[in-house]
Amino acid sequence: MRYLPLEPADRKAMLARIGVASVDDLFADVPKGKLLGRLPDLALTKGELEVERELGRLAARNTPAGSVPFFVGCGAYRHHVPASVDHLIQRSEFLTSYTPYQPEITQGTLQYLFEFQTQVANLTGMDVANASMYDGSTASAEAVLMAHRITRRRKALVSGGLNAHYRGVIETLSRWGGQQVEALAPDPTGEEDIAARIDGDTSCVVVQYPGVYGTIRDLRPIADAAHAKGALLVVVVTEIVALGLIRSPGEMGADIVAAEGQSIGNGLSFGGPYVGLFATRDKYVRQMPGRLCGETVDAEGRRGFVLTLSTREQHIRREKATSNICTNSGLCALAFTIHMTLLGEAGLKRLAAINHANACDLADRLARVKGVEVLGRAFFNEFTIRVNGDAAEVIENLAARGIMGGVPASRLEPGNKALAGLIIVASTEINTDADRAAYAKALGEVLA
Amino acid sequence: MATEHFSKDHEWVRLDGDTAAIGITKHAAEQLGDVVFVEVPAVGRKVRAGEACAVVESVKAASDVYAPVSGEVVAANADLATTPAAVNEDAEGKAWFFKLKLADKSELARLMDRKAYELFVKENA
Amino acid sequence: MTMNNQGRPTAPSGQGERPMGSTPVETYTGNRGLDHEEGLIFEIGSATRTGVDLPKPKPVEPRLGGLERTGGIGLPGLSEPETMRHYVRLSRKNYAIDSGMYPLGSCTMKHNARLNEKMARLPGFGDIHPLQPQSTVEGAIEAMQLLARYLLELTGMAAVALSPKAGAHGELCGMLAIKAAHAAKGGADRSIVLVPESAHGTNPATAAFMGYAVKPVPARDDGTVAADAVKAALSSDVAAIMLTNPNTCGLFEPEVAEIARVVHEAGAYFYCDGANFNAIVGKVRPGDLGVDAMHINLHKTFSTPHGGGGPGSGPVVLSAALAPFAPLPTRYIVTNTGPAPSQWRLAESQGEAERLGETPFGRLTAFHGQMGMFVRALAYMLSHGADGMRQASEDAVLAANYIRAGLRDVMSQPFGDKPCMHEVLFDDGWLEGTGVTTLDFAKAMIDEGYHPMTMYFPLVVHGAMLIEPTESESKQSLDQFIETMRALAAAAKSNGDKSRFKQAPRLAPRRRLDETRAAREPKLRWRPAGPVKHAAE
Repeated sequence: MRYLPLEPADRKAMLARIGVASVDDLFADVPKGKLLGRLPDLALTKGELEVERELGRLAARNTPAGSVPFFVGCGAYRHHVPASVDHLIQRSEFLTSYTPYQPEITQGTLQYLFEFQTQVANLTGMDVANASMYDGSTASAEAVLMAHRITRRRKALVSGGLNAHYRGVIETLSRWGGQQVEALAPDPTGEEDIAARIDGDTSCVVVQYPGVYGTIRDLRPIADAAHAKGALLVVVVTEIVALGLIRSPGEMGADIVAAEGQSIGNGLSFGGPYVGLFATRDKYVRQMPGRLCGETVDAEGRRGFVLTLSTREQHIRREKATSNICTNSGLCALAFTIHMTLLGEAGLKRLAAINHANACDLADRLARVKGVEVLGRAFFNEFTIRVNGDAAEVIENLAARGIMGGVPASRLEPGNKALAGLIIVASTEINTDADRAAYAKALGEVLA
Repeated sequence: MATEHFSKDHEWVRLDGDTAAIGITKHAAEQLGDVVFVEVPAVGRKVRAGEACAVVESVKAASDVYAPVSGEVVAANADLATTPAAVNEDAEGKAWFFKLKLADKSELARLMDRKAYELFVKENA
Repeated sequence: MTMNNQGRPTAPSGQGERPMGSTPVETYTGNRGLDHEEGLIFEIGSATRTGVDLPKPKPVEPRLGGLERTGGIGLPGLSEPETMRHYVRLSRKNYAIDSGMYPLGSCTMKHNARLNEKMARLPGFGDIHPLQPQSTVEGAIEAMQLLARYLLELTGMAAVALSPKAGAHGELCGMLAIKAAHAAKGGADRSIVLVPESAHGTNPATAAFMGYAVKPVPARDDGTVAADAVKAALSSDVAAIMLTNPNTCGLFEPEVAEIARVVHEAGAYFYCDGANFNAIVGKVRPGDLGVDAMHINLHKTFSTPHGGGGPGSGPVVLSAALAPFAPLPTRYIVTNTGPAPSQWRLAESQGEAERLGETPFGRLTAFHGQMGMFVRALAYMLSHGADGMRQASEDAVLAANYIRAGLRDVMSQPFGDKPCMHEVLFDDGWLEGTGVTTLDFAKAMIDEGYHPMTMYFPLVVHGAMLIEPTESESKQSLDQFIETMRALAAAAKSNGDKSRFKQAPRLAPRRRLDETRAAREPKLRWRPAGPVKHAAE
């Protein structure tokens, strides 16, 4: 088998050196009768050609985003990733390297993590960021737990603008961890009064920015209201490109930012792997979960980088750790930082501007379609429309016409009749005028 | 009355009237390696003998520090927050962690004197 | 104070000295031939430079609610050639599986095939959105189901939850399923989880994360756990045991079946940490041993790349007792009576899953899991096949024992010399009196061109050295490793100069780094010289 270098003569020689007759002698501690006598009931070794055929057949049955006018968002966004990014992350020394526990021979990884941490902190307007989490949803849940630790309270107040899947993760951990979640009703227009619901038991207020329905609002009043009651503001960002155009959560008083970085450097990949971004204030750094990379010097006085503040983590603190996390999302963080470096500040600002302009154009076109109402006044690159009809059916009909028109709100909040006519529509730089025109035309036909 | 006492958990107690200063021994500090972070209890907290009430961290380890005797925390060493290295430099002097107003002086009898502690360390090496 | 016997120097002392008699090679640049010193993007780049050409955006009346960002963000840009050079130079400072043996115990650093990368990047896998209509991604859901079928056949278990994003996340998944199962039976107040002292830190961390009290189970003198010890620790208050098998000392737990039996008898569940599954794939099925839940590290056993620390993927196989509690999304099949083939679908909400008769404990992540890693693992499994996967396990165990045979007379093993599984454990007893520590020895390996083995883990062994070669090493490679280790061991034990160890590494891009300073004066981000202006000011 092409991945196994040992040949029969090698194995024979090795067994002799070890001093056993067969390799099964090395499995002597396996309970009697539990060592398998037969092969697993699976196909035998296949060459590359065969594997490509088999997996290619499965892949061919899916509709790639790049093959149709594509307007699906809700926590994962299709952006253009420059060719250099994917090429660089596949370099052997990045792809097949391990966690940098021996810093002298992993300065490559450590330096890019240090650069990544700085980019994330600056983008979110916070003091310090970690070396990535699994994704935005688990980062949000960890942010809530961190707020509980800091405030010594157990109740999270969750906005109706938070992605329902994200809310589900927070609720799952809370339910089984003995904590409380108070969730506001879904908020398609972005006008909920969350500040009024904060009390002395609230550990944190969790707000998504832009919200899942696309709306954006000033978070400063919410931050002030939370702080007045001794609670923290956790801001969740699922479309990180937005921060190239709108005010950062840090500027508006956020205490913890939990974000999804997938939009930069990473493809859609059917939901994973993605990259969670996590940032906070200096004073909370010891309560932060996840790996941290820090600057130091080596024995010759040269600048170098190491993983640090490890005593927060499970391999040292064990049951007193800030989290059970071990792995981060290294290669996805690398893709993020390379893409962000290629863009630079000027590029990111321009990219964000293009996204917003495209979304405004699409909103105008869809507003002109009979039976369509565009909700919300302020948005970045995603907004919600109300159609007269069942939104899920409309989306299926659009798909049949070769248009991926967005996400019906019922996909995230099934059974909620008030949301049955809502579609969440995303528009990034990959849409052309023709795409947007095609969408409006098809929607008109479907609703007629 | 003897002023210096040592616990089997490598904490030292230095008596001064009704108050006692508490820290970790030189031996403990050496075992820990370079100390990078110290967490001390809040003033006003009441602790029981044997209760974990402080944390001392090196790069590779985090250790709980136990109260060798019961009492109320009347002072906590804020300097250790800015200069954790003091624990390595002068563990049994300036690097006291906290001071307790003793609840029960008879508890001191359960502790060792310096000679007994040094023997204890040697035997358990 | 709880004493820690793993303390070791974390600031370099004396490692900056030049070896005796050598003259340093000074260059004007500080570069050393192909090894370039490289600054940070914040030092090289600028806010105006960019490596991406974007069209001018159409001028629109902004609809941002007055929330436009003003002022700088602090993100440097580089042109494309500068970007390539920056990251290529950084990459060259990294050790990698592709450049050398990586004998990290418990990490399974096996070959990462590029076919797997190619398959994951097929547009039909890489360019599909988790929320596009399921009718447009049937091939993807079927691929998930194919992976599930493979994992179930290899483990002999009843169901698999695919969504956990890494091993520790998988542990959380398995333990939550256990907690949910207890709650469903009315045993929600069981508050204790048994964890051997040799366990990886994620085990007690996961249990504590969920509000359980962790009760340690001692190991025997031979490093394994006795069923009697488990029985003694069990009570009606115990929810589960978390056991790693093969264990963190590289040994198969001989009493695992009996342990499962007594745990079940006490009404508790058996969580198995599957980090070391590479030793037994195709040889032993955890389901046959009585395991209720086991996470699998696709990035270890099934070769999805480590990528400098992630991403991972930690699917969890479950027994029939725990299967109903698997988290969302729930995979189900829509059987068609007509000629069209049956379709696999994902139930994404609690209500939908309950209508299918399942009772998920909730959701662990948005969307469906690490699809990119599923495809890579599938490519691995399809390539190896049943025979290849079994051969891989046998070769992994053979290689570890071959190294044991080659080093047992020069290095000490904590539990005596006996067959190990896919990794072999040494302690630092053989270094006593030499002045050389496990750390020094590891650093000397770097100069010889090897990434050191796992050191100081498991914690129960003093100065532990855990070596896992994997099945990807040729006999020549193993022989060279053994030869090198023997030479280093002899040098450590000799009466001569120990600077080879104490000064190491001398040939890596950096000498030993001051971790003490990094922790005492944390510098976790780049800051410009001079006062930093935050946008909030």
